[in-house]
Amino acid sequence: MPQPWQNIEEEKYMSRLTEVFKNKALTGFLTAGDPDIESNERYIMQMVNAGVDIVEIEIPFSDPIMEGEIIQASALRALKSGTTTDKVFDLVNSIRKKSDIPIVFLTYLNPVFNYGYEKFFQQCKKLMVDGVIIPDLPYEEKTEVELIANKYDTDIISLIVNAPKERVQKIAKSAKGFIYIVPSADSTEENTQDLICTIKEVTNVPCAVGFGISTLEQAKKYAVISDGIILGSAIVRIIAQYGKNADTKIYDYIKSIKEIIQS
Amino acid sequence: MSNTKFGIYGGQYVPEVLMNEIINLENSYNKFKNDTKFNSELEFLLNNYAGRPSLLYFAKNMTQDLGGAKVYLKREDLNHTGSHKINNVLGQALLAKYMGKKKVIAETGAGQHGVATATAAALLGLECEIYMGKEDTQRQALNVYRMELLGAKVHSVTSGTMTLKDAVNEAMREWARNSEDTFYLLGSVMGPHPYPTIVRDFQSVISKEARKQILEIEGRLPNLVMACIGGGSNAIGMFYNFINDANVNLIGVEAAGKGVETGMHAATLTTGRLGVFHGMKSIFCQDENGQIAPVYSISAGLDYPGVGPEHAWLNSIGRAQYVAASDDEAVDAFEYLSKVEGIIPAIESSHAIAHARKIIPEMNKDDIVIICLSGRGDKDAAAMAKYRGRKIYE
Repeated sequence: MPQPWQNIEEEKYMSRLTEVFKNKALTGFLTAGDPDIESNERYIMQMVNAGVDIVEIEIPFSDPIMEGEIIQASALRALKSGTTTDKVFDLVNSIRKKSDIPIVFLTYLNPVFNYGYEKFFQQCKKLMVDGVIIPDLPYEEKTEVELIANKYDTDIISLIVNAPKERVQKIAKSAKGFIYIVPSADSTEENTQDLICTIKEVTNVPCAVGFGISTLEQAKKYAVISDGIILGSAIVRIIAQYGKNADTKIYDYIKSIKEIIQS
Repeated sequence: MSNTKFGIYGGQYVPEVLMNEIINLENSYNKFKNDTKFNSELEFLLNNYAGRPSLLYFAKNMTQDLGGAKVYLKREDLNHTGSHKINNVLGQALLAKYMGKKKVIAETGAGQHGVATATAAALLGLECEIYMGKEDTQRQALNVYRMELLGAKVHSVTSGTMTLKDAVNEAMREWARNSEDTFYLLGSVMGPHPYPTIVRDFQSVISKEARKQILEIEGRLPNLVMACIGGGSNAIGMFYNFINDANVNLIGVEAAGKGVETGMHAATLTTGRLGVFHGMKSIFCQDENGQIAPVYSISAGLDYPGVGPEHAWLNSIGRAQYVAASDDEAVDAFEYLSKVEGIIPAIESSHAIAHARKIIPEMNKDDIVIICLSGRGDKDAAAMAKYRGRKIYE
């Protein structure tokens, strides 16, 4: 049986995402529309100024089945405030007037499918959105999206969890941009380190660890064993607490994490 | 890869964290579905515990009253726990046991699937946890008590709209956290492959029996087979063994709630669009931005914003027809069947009865119709009384 990625043309461009992982890369996340798009624009610039290497923006979905309570609640607040996919593209457009920071989206497949794959990735290319993370698009289903994403130089980011070696390496071999490592609730630092070693056997695509990192100790620990870390719920928690006045809190938090992972 | 889909519908659109367990489930199912011991044990449970085969009952009074085709009712309401849900639940719970799982988890809307799951878990000695939207735990307090009585732990889900779709979300999250010892016992022909196939196979006993029964009684196949449809498990069970009989028409009846034009309904195939949700590509009620829309029906069992992929496929190729009946029509049908035949139907099944009342008078006297009476209506009595303005204690 032909493997899905064999249909895909050879990469003609160099992923900007892969580039930023030359040093330990820090990715900062927020949900577009929580508390509102205007605040998001400022918060993203705060993150950029504090040293994030990649900005991850969630296009909110009504039923984010992979998210924990903090990000679920954030998505619902964002939808309540009237956030649509077009408004998220507008947000990126505003950011692009100020910064060329690598940007990835996180969203679920239905909003992308509904927008139309062709139109969605056309917009991504136009606004230099480097990659899209779609948690409900596993390896088995990604071809239908990736064929179009590749046409517009956008990476579909693969998520990898602790799974049998054969599966981990199959996904790793097809990965582009970076690999999003999701440690399970009961996995230890050693488990994650082993998983990354398994991946590194078959690919040079960098590995970033996400989900549940909030303290300086966790950030340091995971940064040591990987190519970078992703801060999600920790930032969303700050936004939930401070609403439209989270600017300095976000800046200070990102700054502290950035310093610790580079030390 | 096409074996995970029905035409373009179905697939495995789930987070990577669930994929390993889904592959494990598929392999196990393929192994045990042809296993003699597994099948004889399941058959024993269906016949000696659930009360199968269920009757194919000639509804003489209804036939005379409507003055059209001969009406037969497939009596799934007579099964243990009062609906067709037990067919699938016994199959999956037994599979869980054969796979060495210690615990089953399940979502439930009205509580029927939760009660059936808790029942099978009690029988087979499995731990059981049920996820139910907070709204539903309040509307269906009696079923919460039943599940607890059967030894299950009921989690009240407070995320999202606090109804069935959120209960599915939460059950999936729990499965992702504990897939090693936990079996997710899905209640309808939905979700990622292989669930739509597994649930259909376990429910297809309905049409396997009905086909044999009607041939014995009438010596020929029916002209029309009908069932109500939410996710679609009783409908696919009722349709499945008739799909290759080209002359048998198939009609699924969705919940039109307060009317499809009001937005207060759960008529997915009538009004929805192609999308991807809960692990499958299918038809969903959604807004213009692809956000899953809140749905409504008087019947909690039909109150789901999607439909199983095999139905989406049967609809797309024109093999089955899907229509909708409103709350009002369903409540009328609930009262009608009670008075005419002395059978109190579930409000879900009443949707199928409601549409039957519209079309049967137009049919020929020698035509034959089989309607799946998917469940009994005792559970709905208090709500129906309330609908008619009578307050009674549950």
